Amino acid sequence: MWFLQINRKYLKQFDWYMLSLLLAISIIGVMTIYSATRPVITAVQPNYYIKQIIWMLTGLAALLAAAVYDYSWLRKSAYFLYSLGIVMLVLVLFIGKRGMGAQRWLVLGPVSFQPSELFRILLIIGISKYLSTITGLLTKRTFLISLTVFGLIPFILILKQPHLGTSLVLLITFFFLVIAKKLEKKIIVTLIIFTLVVPAVAGNVLWRHLKDYQKNRIVAFIEPEADPKGIGYQIEQSKITIGSGQVLGRGYLKGSQGPLRFLPEKHTDFIYCVFAEEWGFIGSTAIIALYLLLFMRGISTALKSKDEFGRYLALGLTFMLFLYFFINMGMVLGMMPVVGVPIPFMSYGGTTLITNYIAIGILINIRMRRLALCY
Amino acid sequence: MNKEYFEKYSGITQFVVILMFFILGMRIYQLQILKGNEYREAANSNKIRVIALPAARGIIYDRNSVPLVKNKPYYYASLMPETKRTDTAGLSALLEIDEKKLIAKLRKGANQRFKSIVLKEGLTFKDIAAIEARRSDFPGLMVEPNVTRQYVFNNIGSHVIGYLGRMTVKQMESPDYDNITPETFVGQWAAEAYYDKKLRGSAGENIIEVDALGRQLKLIGQTKPTMGNDVTLSIDIGLQEAAERAFNGKSGSLVAVSPRTGEVLALVSLPNFDPNDFVMGIETEKWNAMNKDKGHPLLNRALQSSYPPGSVFKPVVAIAALEEGVTSADGGTVCNGSLEYGKYSFGCWKSHGRVSFHRAIVESCDVFFYETGKKLGIDRIEKYARLFGLGQSTGIGLRRGVDERDGTLPSTKWKHKSAKKQWFLGETFSASIGQGYVSVTPAQVALMTAMISNEGMVMPLTMLKDGNKGRHRERLDIRPETFDAVKSAMYGVINEDGGTGSAAKSNIVKISGKTGTAQVIAGRLKSEKQKERYRDHAWFIAYAPSEKPEIAVAVIVEHGGHGGSAAGPIAKEVIESYFAGKTGK
Repeated sequence: MWFLQINRKYLKQFDWYMLSLLLAISIIGVMTIYSATRPVITAVQPNYYIKQIIWMLTGLAALLAAAVYDYSWLRKSAYFLYSLGIVMLVLVLFIGKRGMGAQRWLVLGPVSFQPSELFRILLIIGISKYLSTITGLLTKRTFLISLTVFGLIPFILILKQPHLGTSLVLLITFFFLVIAKKLEKKIIVTLIIFTLVVPAVAGNVLWRHLKDYQKNRIVAFIEPEADPKGIGYQIEQSKITIGSGQVLGRGYLKGSQGPLRFLPEKHTDFIYCVFAEEWGFIGSTAIIALYLLLFMRGISTALKSKDEFGRYLALGLTFMLFLYFFINMGMVLGMMPVVGVPIPFMSYGGTTLITNYIAIGILINIRMRRLALCY
Repeated sequence: MNKEYFEKYSGITQFVVILMFFILGMRIYQLQILKGNEYREAANSNKIRVIALPAARGIIYDRNSVPLVKNKPYYYASLMPETKRTDTAGLSALLEIDEKKLIAKLRKGANQRFKSIVLKEGLTFKDIAAIEARRSDFPGLMVEPNVTRQYVFNNIGSHVIGYLGRMTVKQMESPDYDNITPETFVGQWAAEAYYDKKLRGSAGENIIEVDALGRQLKLIGQTKPTMGNDVTLSIDIGLQEAAERAFNGKSGSLVAVSPRTGEVLALVSLPNFDPNDFVMGIETEKWNAMNKDKGHPLLNRALQSSYPPGSVFKPVVAIAALEEGVTSADGGTVCNGSLEYGKYSFGCWKSHGRVSFHRAIVESCDVFFYETGKKLGIDRIEKYARLFGLGQSTGIGLRRGVDERDGTLPSTKWKHKSAKKQWFLGETFSASIGQGYVSVTPAQVALMTAMISNEGMVMPLTMLKDGNKGRHRERLDIRPETFDAVKSAMYGVINEDGGTGSAAKSNIVKISGKTGTAQVIAGRLKSEKQKERYRDHAWFIAYAPSEKPEIAVAVIVEHGGHGGSAAGPIAKEVIESYFAGKTGK
């Protein structure tokens, strides 16, 4: 009965605030999926929203599982979990199922899932473990080791699927976390030079001489599913959809752009547009406020964590979720090129949703155990 | 030291995140507030259309792979609901439709934003040319394709093949018709309806962007249609045609089945109809005329009408009598033309004198069967009749759209339940010659005939070729000697002197059978006119060849009079046509 005792002590510390934010956003997501997939020709509502609800409930179970047991077990088995993740990524390249122009799915009996999704969490667990075992600054040697193991290998494996969005998010998360550890000055200087020179060369020499449609074509080349129909068409429609919401929106289930299949990804990557059209400026800003509160809560969890591993883990998970959110928002608002990245908790899709729920579960776990309890 | 750095770093992160949110907020403000009007306008004039791509329906074949239907493309004019007003007067002139009806249609469809409103169907090429020429005058006007049916054999087999039509309200609500556009024609009768799900296929769609005049600018998305699956019926269309012709304009029904497989080879119900009349939506006048027609062409008599079987019921009573030992194959009686029972008299159609079991069937002596029925009792008659498939729907796969009847097999229990009355012996007399309460459908009688001819093999009827393949066969627990006696008598009906069915005697093949006359009304008739309307129905059942039967037939000619002369030649013609067709191939 030991676990029940512990649970009761921790239950008081359970992060209901975080859970409420998560559920609020998810429920809005399901409602918006329902609206976005309203049929045009037939009279039958497709069951996307029901699937999403099922995934949500599965995600909740996974969240509780991830929150209940002390996350120290994650630290202990971090490298094992990380290797498992890498093996899955390699497997998916060879025996993965193709879907929508990319090889991302792994089929295990009745379940098929995208390993690259689950890998996001395993990667952050791996880096956090590595960083927490190092005392002092990251030296050149330890930096290069971590860059190879946690940066480049997963980046290349996921890029090959191909999944540009996720591989970029993970690489940026990696850099974000090693800087959180603090680096030697030499490395910082090298990194700054790199970040200035590489985009400067690539951007100024190549990118600037390209026309808009050519740039989009390059993105479309690397990520074929991102813009399969017409170059720039999706972005234009996305902006029209959001903009036409005006102040108050057209009203729930009254959006005209949503059910119309102008966007192949309307219920996945572009779900925010559908919401923005129906709920207007007031709804659009209210929902991003919910996201802001959620991310702030995540960072505050990192700050309150009882150990170093927990700090990196919480900050890393929060940052990754934020990156997904930000890249997606930048894309649908027409500020960035189309990179197929879903918006966390709202977009349709099982593996992503469940993975994000697990991430929140771990955050809740870390916050629950922030105070060293005495027995 | 490390923790301090981390706190500072997290602080900066918090600041950056908030800053990013601020930027996002500004961008949303820009799109929705500053440029909101512009984008709302752009959204309203978004010229996106969803064009349905109809799927070709599966083909229905007869048992020899003769296609019974063809798919026929046709075109309809439709209008995309627009924000601007349409010139209804001009449009009604162009399409040659009533302006009031046009306005009503437009009003009804005004809410559907991305889907066109159907205005006129079945366009000729001349119509299409006229519309294309003047399309720029009517923004949103277009010509869309659809697929419908052509029924190759017109009236022949109409009750087997069925027809297509627009979805009914009931169908629209049924889950069986999910994911079908309202323009799709679905099966409404017989095979077209019953196998609709299989035949249907799934429609695709083109999502296109168009300019202000409705011309396609860009294909945004496409789902390809998939064709439906074919269905092969057990019907032989040649035999079906011969059978329908053999009726020579008379009303009635015929069901021919293979006693070996249970497959239905022909299923006739006359008068019939031309399914081609239905494909484009039948005109109201035609529909009313069809419904009011005294001949009831839309009634499938083979399944939906039940008649008293008359004397074709006698073989089953005879089998029951031999099995239950109430009479033997050597038994017999003396017929004086009637049987007296109390103050009632039950007549025979003639005074037969001394008749044996064999001759009682050959000459169809009623008195013999009154006596046999009395010994058996109604409940044992009912039991055996049920074993041979009477009094229950055969379930030949055409149930949907065709409501098949069960008919009635009376018993003491049945009468107690339905009328709360006691059973009278006099009613047994009527039942034992297939009159009174007994009523059956032609399909049931065909099944009964097949089961006598194949000596009690239990098999459901099927409308599909190889529909019973692999099914476990059982035999009724009836002695072979019983079948020998009854079948020998049925051979005699047609081939012996004095047999009631000599009109069906054939030089090509040995036929066995039984005649029957179903009384429409009891008693004497007052006028000649009444005589025609209330004339008896003529029954005939037959199978051939007598030794190793390949085909079993049940025929009823409505108001045909005596079974032997009216229905016998039809049965003979169909059987001969069956064997002629076989040797011909």
